[in-house]
Amino acid sequence: MNSGIYVDNCKLKVGEYMSEYFHSVTLDEEKCKGCTNCIKHCPTEAIRVRKGKARITAERCIDCGECIRICPHHAKKAITDSFDKINDFKYKVAVVAPSFYGQFKEVDSRVKILNAIKKCGFDEVFEVAKAAEMVTKATKVLLNDPNAKKPLISSACPAVVKLIQLRFPSLIENLVKLESPMELSAKLVREKAIKNGMQKDDIGVFFITPCPAKATSVKAPYGRSKSGVDGVISIKDIYLKVLSNLENNDDTSYNLSGFVGVRWASSGGESLALGTDKFLAVDGIHSVISILEEIENDRIEDVEFIEALACNGGCLGGVLTVENLYVAKTRIKKIIDEAKSMTSVEEIVNDENINLEWSENIEHKPILKLDCDFETAIKKLEELELINENLPGLDCGACGAPSCRALAEDIVRQQANETDCIFKLRDKVRSLAKQMMELEDKLPPVMDK
Amino acid sequence: MEGQLILHFIIEENNLTTAGEASSKVKKRLSQLGILPDIIKKVVVPMYEAELNAVIHANGGFADVEINKEKIVIILTDKGPGIPDIELAMKEGFSTAPDHIKNMGFGAGMGLPNMKKYADELNIVTEVGVGTSVKLTVYLTKD
Repeated sequence: MNSGIYVDNCKLKVGEYMSEYFHSVTLDEEKCKGCTNCIKHCPTEAIRVRKGKARITAERCIDCGECIRICPHHAKKAITDSFDKINDFKYKVAVVAPSFYGQFKEVDSRVKILNAIKKCGFDEVFEVAKAAEMVTKATKVLLNDPNAKKPLISSACPAVVKLIQLRFPSLIENLVKLESPMELSAKLVREKAIKNGMQKDDIGVFFITPCPAKATSVKAPYGRSKSGVDGVISIKDIYLKVLSNLENNDDTSYNLSGFVGVRWASSGGESLALGTDKFLAVDGIHSVISILEEIENDRIEDVEFIEALACNGGCLGGVLTVENLYVAKTRIKKIIDEAKSMTSVEEIVNDENINLEWSENIEHKPILKLDCDFETAIKKLEELELINENLPGLDCGACGAPSCRALAEDIVRQQANETDCIFKLRDKVRSLAKQMMELEDKLPPVMDK
Repeated sequence: MEGQLILHFIIEENNLTTAGEASSKVKKRLSQLGILPDIIKKVVVPMYEAELNAVIHANGGFADVEINKEKIVIILTDKGPGIPDIELAMKEGFSTAPDHIKNMGFGAGMGLPNMKKYADELNIVTEVGVGTSVKLTVYLTKD
């Protein structure tokens, strides 16, 4: 049974989520052993072990999936929609992330994969790679804008955008404020279907995702009020179905994307598409953090564009993929080669004149703040430093916090006690034992012989 | 003193890989105080540059940080060679960093100019053969 999502100590059932705090990444309580692996790997220190189970603090979670990757008991999982949800709609459209192409053995033609997806029960299949090329085009325009704040940081990875909101708010203005290829695909598909006579509510757009961050970005979107995607199906869930539908059918009724769009699946793909060599591509959430720190310190020179992806290797390394990252990279290379050799690729044109820009700006989420009142915050920080000095500094995780300093912060936020520290507790026991020994030595005068 | 926080950091010598740790810690503390990101930048970028200078030129040193509701003051002190000509040192592109440092991508000669650019006040006290002390002040408006 899935656990609820914790928001300020009140338990919400899955499905009853507050849209601002929905997180795809959740805990399967039965499997959780309360070990220290996930708390130590979370890049935002969002997890604590309480009452023997790992609890994710909703405001700090960026859905990067590191905890899912590291959990040795497979207790962390991603909530995505079940495949059957497509039956809620009359006109079912699958919008496919390019990382999907790398999941299949001995398939060097995209068309086979797209056909196999369609056979699962969709009316239409659309390549996100196609929309990616449009986003690339619009990004090129931004790069040439002298007023744009450089280096521009790609907003394609939702986990990185959230990370910036939380920990690097001074970089919010550097983000490329354009729709992600996923959202753009949804818009394009919907517009076209409506033009062809479909009713708005009958259209169901489903994104096939390599990661939980995308799922969260659909259910709790930033930068716009509602996502254009109706459901998110993980690659893991649909893989076997598609595999069983693969045939030697090369029937092409698809308007395929060029190789540039497909290459987005791999780290560096988005940057290479821009045609500038003043870019920096970084993948893996901890590496992303160190690069963002460098940018904040004005240490990155001569770079116009930063591609930052939370997963090692890019989306091909997403935690909901089925194939090993490096195997998938070699496979997708074949697909890219096939795409390169295709001569009749129509360039996608924005004839629906869809606006790619974000309708709302995203905000800094100052959850790191100790208190809303500055002077109280100073006092709390002072207390924090004192408490931290008194802790053993071993970062063992036994208290349920990722580090001694994190425990000190929890104590100051009144979410933990100093005796949660097993060493502090032992010290107390020792001093109590000493007191008892001293008392034991003293007999009351009545009994003393 | 009421409403004041004092922090002390040691800047390790000759360790370019860890250079910047003190300013990174200060950055974290400032976000815990809820200070606006733009102001944090005014504090952290100059502190980072000063920290690097201490490592590159002076075998390390230490940083004293004082935070209250009016301002943030950072004093970086080292027992290094001192700066013979401050005006020359403030020129963009002027650097006395050794070649092996420049080969690593540091020593572009922008440290002191950057400190002046970001911080509200910059005071340098230095004596050749004794050491250098750099004082950075950033005033806080609201947050």
